[in-house]
Amino acid sequence: MKCFSRYLPYLFRPPSTILSSTCHTEADIISTVEFNSSGELLATGDKGGRVVVFQREQESKSQPQRRGEYNVYSTFQSHEPEFDYLKSLEIEEKINKIKWLPQQNAAYFLLSTNDKTVKLWKISERDKRPEGYNLKDEDGRIKDPSTITSLRVPVLQPMDLMVEATARRVFSNAHTYHINSISVNSDLQTFISTDDLRVNLWNLEITDRSFNIVDIKPANMEELTEVITSAEFHPQQCHTFAYSSSKGSIRLCDMRQAALCDKHCKYFEEPEDPSTRSFFSEIISSISDVKFSHNGRYLMTRDYLTVKVWDLQMENKPLETYQVHDYLRGKLCSLYENDCIFDKFECVWNGSDSVIMTGSYNNFFRMFDRNTKRDVTLEASRENSKPRAILKPRKVCVGGKRRKDEISVDSLDFSKKILHTTWHPHENIIAVAATNNLYIFQDKVN
Amino acid sequence: MSATTAMEVNAEARRILAVSISKLYASRTQRGGLRLHRSLLLSMVMRSARDIYHSSRESEAPSGPQPAPAEEPMEVGSGPGEQAELPAPQPELEPAVSPAETAEPGSAEEGCDGEFAEDKENRSPARQSRKRRGKASAAPDFLPSKRARLEPGEERYAAPLGSCRVGAGESLTALSLNRVIPAF
Repeated sequence: MKCFSRYLPYLFRPPSTILSSTCHTEADIISTVEFNSSGELLATGDKGGRVVVFQREQESKSQPQRRGEYNVYSTFQSHEPEFDYLKSLEIEEKINKIKWLPQQNAAYFLLSTNDKTVKLWKISERDKRPEGYNLKDEDGRIKDPSTITSLRVPVLQPMDLMVEATARRVFSNAHTYHINSISVNSDLQTFISTDDLRVNLWNLEITDRSFNIVDIKPANMEELTEVITSAEFHPQQCHTFAYSSSKGSIRLCDMRQAALCDKHCKYFEEPEDPSTRSFFSEIISSISDVKFSHNGRYLMTRDYLTVKVWDLQMENKPLETYQVHDYLRGKLCSLYENDCIFDKFECVWNGSDSVIMTGSYNNFFRMFDRNTKRDVTLEASRENSKPRAILKPRKVCVGGKRRKDEISVDSLDFSKKILHTTWHPHENIIAVAATNNLYIFQDKVN
Repeated sequence: MSATTAMEVNAEARRILAVSISKLYASRTQRGGLRLHRSLLLSMVMRSARDIYHSSRESEAPSGPQPAPAEEPMEVGSGPGEQAELPAPQPELEPAVSPAETAEPGSAEEGCDGEFAEDKENRSPARQSRKRRGKASAAPDFLPSKRARLEPGEERYAAPLGSCRVGAGESLTALSLNRVIPAF
């Protein structure tokens, strides 16, 4: 298991945060993080509707120590708070998800979404500007054309790099319920947006219509028993997507079968263990995130206490189950009272699909090596964050006797939760969002 | 199950029910509107708690009378309904609930609007009077009142039975229409 250390600057914060991490506005809370497909860019979205994009520095021979740091590249306001006058509802500006499109030219494109609207943003650089016009005088006033006697062709001169973000498409008015996920198809022409009851298919070029491909709304809402919690396209098969439900099941659908994919072609569910039944069994079995592996052979799901890896060829039970924080099983009632039981943790694969990672409380995050079956708990905190220091594994004490470095379950800080993490597509670089702070960790360099 | 354990379970179930109802109520004022997923999970917990409460009560006192609304609160457990259409749990509900009371606010979705309307009609006047009559529910000023207005010098007579013939009706209607038209 490789150790993780940190590089300068080791701690990132969205630009407008107050310095101390204990005193921050709610708008600064990071709500999503995502590397792009090359790993060169890292995007974060926050509750205030802003997107901050970081870019990896080019490696320079003169400063080998500063290998590949991430610096702020662009910041823009993606979504604003809105008001739905028909339903008298406020629409939050919080960015729920960001997904990058693979790079096809010099510009970068990403999709960002709040509860109701998806937007396609183009991020492009401008480092030249045309100069040498003779159409205006020094004050900027347009000259009288009769006074201009020569033709001067402007020349492109270098200027300070400017990164601008423009909204190229706005995909709106397609969701009655709250959007929980978006996913770009491998065909790079379509994407899906998912709310509690429906999945809609869009073409990236067309904003005034979308196709509804999954609809689980019952005729009588009183009969509602489950909602969709997340959906994702298969990484290679452009006709396949999966969606997870609040009942702990995953359905794999093939868009070639029918226009409306209400009939799944695969159904993944593990039967419930009756011995662990409690008031909160339904809540803790609700899947908060579903991710295909990079090779497209596995699915990973996160519910409140575990992460499960499923083989797409085996529907009746998961291939592997990892306990994230099983010591919370006895505390479900208090976690229900303080609302923590509703927290939606995400999970992520590393580039080679050999390690999976997910967050927990007390700013802990966990990694599981699928091959060696070893796991580690690490902490994202300023106290432990000395530059180039190796992160020390942490341990939660569940029994009576607490060792020196262990932390007892009752001392865990449930307000410090790591819900959003992302892993560089090729390298061992991870980004972890802890409330309003972003931590970027890199593998130790020999 | 021993009596003490049953009591503990009972108390636990009641507490969870109370917490759930207050969460459901609080979620109405949440920014961004009602979250369907959260409401569904809350209603599931409430249903489990309600079932456990009932079964523990049964084990406590098997011959005790079970409240009839045991079946009515199906609404408690089922769909929480479209967002923004979740009516508030009635203000008269106490947080420490008994199943009879959970029946009332449980109708937390559009499908039960019809039942609610029926209840309103069948309610005793005392109950009806507890309903706050906000401005919106009062008859707008510009519409004619149901009682015809009297001209100065006129007196109101009790309408004799059988006198509601077309003729009499017409003149009354004509009177009120005359008043309506100038208003517009």
